[in-house]
Amino acid sequence: MAKQNLTATVNGSPRTSDVEPRKLLVHWIRDELGLTGTHIGCDTTSCGACTVLIDGLPIKSCTMFAIQAQGRAVTTVEGLKQDGKLHALQEGFKEEHGLQCGFCTPGMMLTASALLEDNPSPNEEEIRWALSGNLCRCTGYQNIVKAVKWAAKKRESERVDAGPQ
Amino acid sequence: MAVEEERIDSWLGKSVKRAEDDRFIAGRGNYVDDVRLPNMLHMSILRSPVAHAVITSIDTSEAAALPGVVAVVTGELMAQHNLAWMPTLSGDTQAVLATDKVRFQGQEVAAVVAEDPYTAHDALELIDVVYESLPVVVDPHASLEEGAPLIRDDKEDQEDNRIYHWEAGDKEPTERAFEKADVIVSLDTHYPRSHPSPLECCACIADVNPATGKATIYMTSQAPHAIRTVFALVTGLPEQNIQIISPDIGGGFGNKVPVYPGYVVATAASLLIGRPVKWIEDRTGNLISTGFARDFHMKGELALTKSGKMLGLRVNMLSDQGYAYADAQPSKFKAGLFHIVTGSYDLGAAHVVAEGAYTNKAPGGVAYRCSFRVTEASYLIERLVNSAAYELEMDPAELRRQNFIKKEQFPYTSVTGFVYDSGDYHQALDLALEKSGYTSLRQEQERARSEGKLLGIGLASFTEVVGAGPSRDFDILGIKMFDSAELRVHPTGKAILKLGVKSQGQGHETTFAQIVANELGIPPQDIVVHEGDTDNTPYGLGTYASRSTPTGGAATAVVARKLRDKARAIAAHTLEVAPEDLEWELGRFFVKGAPDKSTTIQEIAFAAYTNHPLGMEAGLEGVHYYDPPNMTYPFGSYVVAVEVDPDTGEWMVRTMVAVDDCGVRINPMIVEGQIMGGLTEGFATSMMQQISFDDDGNCLGSNFMDYLIPTSWETPKFELFETTTPSPHHPIGCKGVGESATVGSPAAYVNAVIDALAHLGVRNIDMPLTSAKVWEAIQTAPGS
Amino acid sequence: MFPSSFDYFAPTSVDEVLSLLAEHGEDAKVLAGGQSLISLMKLRFASPARILDINRIEGLDYMEENGSLRIGALVRNRTMERSELLSSRYPTMAAAAPLISDPLVRNLGTVVGSLCHADPQGDWGSVMLALNGELVARSANSERTIPVAELIEGPFTTTLKPDELATEIRVPVADGPSHGTYLKLERKVGDFATVGVAVHLTFEAERVKRAGIGLTAVGPSNIKAEAAERVLEGQALDDDVIKEAARLAAEQAEPHDDIRGSASYKREIVRVFVTRALRAAHHPV
Repeated sequence: MAKQNLTATVNGSPRTSDVEPRKLLVHWIRDELGLTGTHIGCDTTSCGACTVLIDGLPIKSCTMFAIQAQGRAVTTVEGLKQDGKLHALQEGFKEEHGLQCGFCTPGMMLTASALLEDNPSPNEEEIRWALSGNLCRCTGYQNIVKAVKWAAKKRESERVDAGPQ
Repeated sequence: MAVEEERIDSWLGKSVKRAEDDRFIAGRGNYVDDVRLPNMLHMSILRSPVAHAVITSIDTSEAAALPGVVAVVTGELMAQHNLAWMPTLSGDTQAVLATDKVRFQGQEVAAVVAEDPYTAHDALELIDVVYESLPVVVDPHASLEEGAPLIRDDKEDQEDNRIYHWEAGDKEPTERAFEKADVIVSLDTHYPRSHPSPLECCACIADVNPATGKATIYMTSQAPHAIRTVFALVTGLPEQNIQIISPDIGGGFGNKVPVYPGYVVATAASLLIGRPVKWIEDRTGNLISTGFARDFHMKGELALTKSGKMLGLRVNMLSDQGYAYADAQPSKFKAGLFHIVTGSYDLGAAHVVAEGAYTNKAPGGVAYRCSFRVTEASYLIERLVNSAAYELEMDPAELRRQNFIKKEQFPYTSVTGFVYDSGDYHQALDLALEKSGYTSLRQEQERARSEGKLLGIGLASFTEVVGAGPSRDFDILGIKMFDSAELRVHPTGKAILKLGVKSQGQGHETTFAQIVANELGIPPQDIVVHEGDTDNTPYGLGTYASRSTPTGGAATAVVARKLRDKARAIAAHTLEVAPEDLEWELGRFFVKGAPDKSTTIQEIAFAAYTNHPLGMEAGLEGVHYYDPPNMTYPFGSYVVAVEVDPDTGEWMVRTMVAVDDCGVRINPMIVEGQIMGGLTEGFATSMMQQISFDDDGNCLGSNFMDYLIPTSWETPKFELFETTTPSPHHPIGCKGVGESATVGSPAAYVNAVIDALAHLGVRNIDMPLTSAKVWEAIQTAPGS
Repeated sequence: MFPSSFDYFAPTSVDEVLSLLAEHGEDAKVLAGGQSLISLMKLRFASPARILDINRIEGLDYMEENGSLRIGALVRNRTMERSELLSSRYPTMAAAAPLISDPLVRNLGTVVGSLCHADPQGDWGSVMLALNGELVARSANSERTIPVAELIEGPFTTTLKPDELATEIRVPVADGPSHGTYLKLERKVGDFATVGVAVHLTFEAERVKRAGIGLTAVGPSNIKAEAAERVLEGQALDDDVIKEAARLAAEQAEPHDDIRGSASYKREIVRVFVTRALRAAHHPV
């Protein structure tokens, strides 16, 4: 089929291009938009290295056609940093050694970011459950849990500092 | 410049946050698939659906005619350039693209090069290959039987499927030891085939520039220099014109050491077409064709006195190598370092007989953090010791204590020829027992049994051997296994360190900077560490088998000390004193007795370019190639407690206590990260990971639905502790640790599950201990 | 990783879908969550000529009690997992929802889509068999309800016609205190079931009024363990009745030996899980 026009908001900015309907979202993000922080780790929708947020919801971008993102807001790892400031999760992953090779890390952080929006103070079990769709081969997950907790605590203290809204 | 508030005396033992993290958390890692070159083409590979067959015909005409396809490459085309076969790292040969036959399911048969990856994959469906099936052999025992189908009929002198026969230790004294024994315990076990499966698959971009003749190859390679030399020999491209660049690698675990057909085909295609060719493997390709791990059939026998003293060890091992002997191991040792199988014990006699056989499977074997087969060896001995404890009705900790090599016996020469550098096994075990509450666990186990609950406690006390290795014994394809470091300090006191090793997540940019910092006092954040580009780093053998810190780390310390010696001479010159009148504290030289008369390393660096002594070369740099005098021997003791559901066979880890001793720890945070990763791999291996085959040679583990990687939900929590027994021969006392936990932990998990069922008479279940297998064991147990 | 080409439509109303299905139903596939469909397409196990993306259609994401519990075609597994309505009144469904695949897949996958996919290892099929669920199927000129027992024909095969769109699943509202659960033996999160058992009971006085038992991954499709259901109906849940029901359920299973376990193992797990599920429902509130 001929290409169709796709316009989506990616990390806050409108992006548009003509895509074959079969083009997977992850390929559009990596190859067309040049945002290579989203990774491909498997071919059976199993590993979560390709996780992005669609309207705030973490999904596996390898199992969605790019054209499905029409008119929606896509957030990739490159969009975690806001106004020159790292997301608490990005800091937390560095503070708590939550990454080694870095390949699963973008997906992990995005899934965790959605968790923290939903549940600002998750316990270990809730964190492990929320991340059970993102595989890591290097860390054994323990420091990833610590990283998420670090980020939750940082965001909590920032909310406290910011005072009642 | 900020005023230093705290005087740092040492950069060892400091959990410095990682320098490499900044780009990864921003999603700005530079993995091979992230690299784009102008005019780049994309390659896909057609794989054989059958395990053993003659290729009757290949018709690529329809594929070649698809718009967007630039070339279709077959074995025939490769053969015209003498590239249809290539040498393996073990001195055998393997096919690049199949010509006569396919010999395993998934073997590379053809490749398509196209303008975009979608077209490259569309074209695969248009290639018509006609296969004529041949009988398949998937069991190495069967493949050694009379009349088994000959797999390597391409090799002139190959009459059967035998690869090697290799022995270690001494048969005679071992026979005598067994004759004297009161008790002989035996274990027949298969360490199943698994796969390192790093999250990033293998990949390369081959860019052979037709104007310059230069081949720049981006490659997921743990050993870029050695691969460059192999490439030069295989392709005939002159070595000075080959540049291998391993950028960021998303996990290696030994999977990214070998040269894979995809790399060679991409390079040949780029050479013929004159444009860069990118090949990104998919997960199926990775699991079905790249270097697998393990697949040892081991029969071990341990001879003991009735009071529990070990007398001798006998091992027969058959290795399933797949269709080519292709794993990376030192050429002198056909079965890697498997003969470390006497483990942590003072054994007076041992005899190991190792054989390798061809089967219709992908080639490989040494991978997945195995330290050259130490995983297999450690598993066998720790499982045998576990069985012996039941046989003797002795506590397994007590049995180990009685037989451990004692602290005073180091350096210890084992009967299979290893010289263990240092160790204190009793201390590590005692700490593990204390921290796990071993005594209370045993009491709890008693109570649980009376209630029909299945609680098990498993121990493993492993000794690793890493840091390959001394030139007298270690080479791969003839290249000695030294490693290197090149250090240059700039006029403004910053430095660049270039290494022959190559991190895939181990944190070298941080750890190795700490080594330099510890010798010269330049803070780690002022030191950039560069690896992986063969044009810009000294020759090394790469990172695998936990060798980076023992060899590359040693080279770094030595070269930094060379620079410190030169710095002293420069300091003496600028301070106008004799070199012997100077004392060093981290970061500066000062005059003995007059500490205010001093000069910092930064000032010395500046002077090296602006005010160096007459007759001395300018600059402050050096390179060192380090030949380790011996291997290093990290060790540890692990305690695991599990609960088994008697009705379903499911089991879960309740406690996992790990005591590791890797000598001096440069960055404890990074060391612990390595250990936790390894404990997870050990858990995965013991519970769920396996690549198996049916009788037709179909691979039953070629995607993540079938080959199981544990998630955050299944993976247990770990409690880590340490003891520190430095290596006496390493410049900073480090032993390396990357693989210790993968080596030592599977036996701990398995011993725990067996222990939960031991009172029913169960003694062995082969890994992976799936719930189905545990349940079957309970049903068929003598005591059920 | 690279699906074959297809023609793509993104209709904005049910009528539009139905008209497209009337014309192209034979070689079109409906795309809702896509977690099963796109996975198959990436491996080229499915190469439909046309994809009808229904995600733009408004008004298909309802979940309400209205005569029966009605769940629209675009209700995601995620919503099911978080639903208080389900956790308070439909325990079998509430127990199953978190066990579907993994959290990311649940964010997109739908219940209705799962039922139409009819994977014998799919969990929702067993749950709906236990609950006597019905699928509402519409075409350009008809509408019908199909009991799930009649919907599933075989592995990945349903009785849906090519021109039909499944618009909702209906579950009877419980007519008495109801209990139930879903037990799944899986090797890890995200794996298909080795064995899954859905149990749903309604009570009257101290006796079982209606029993529903569905079995996952132990046959060519999800199995309704009718013999076991009959033995429970009208009975008080004592150990003997539970034992007999579990035995009958295991007997009705048709498992195969495979990498997840032997047939006898799986059959035993059916028995164990039915026993556990019934025991948990032993004390109705």
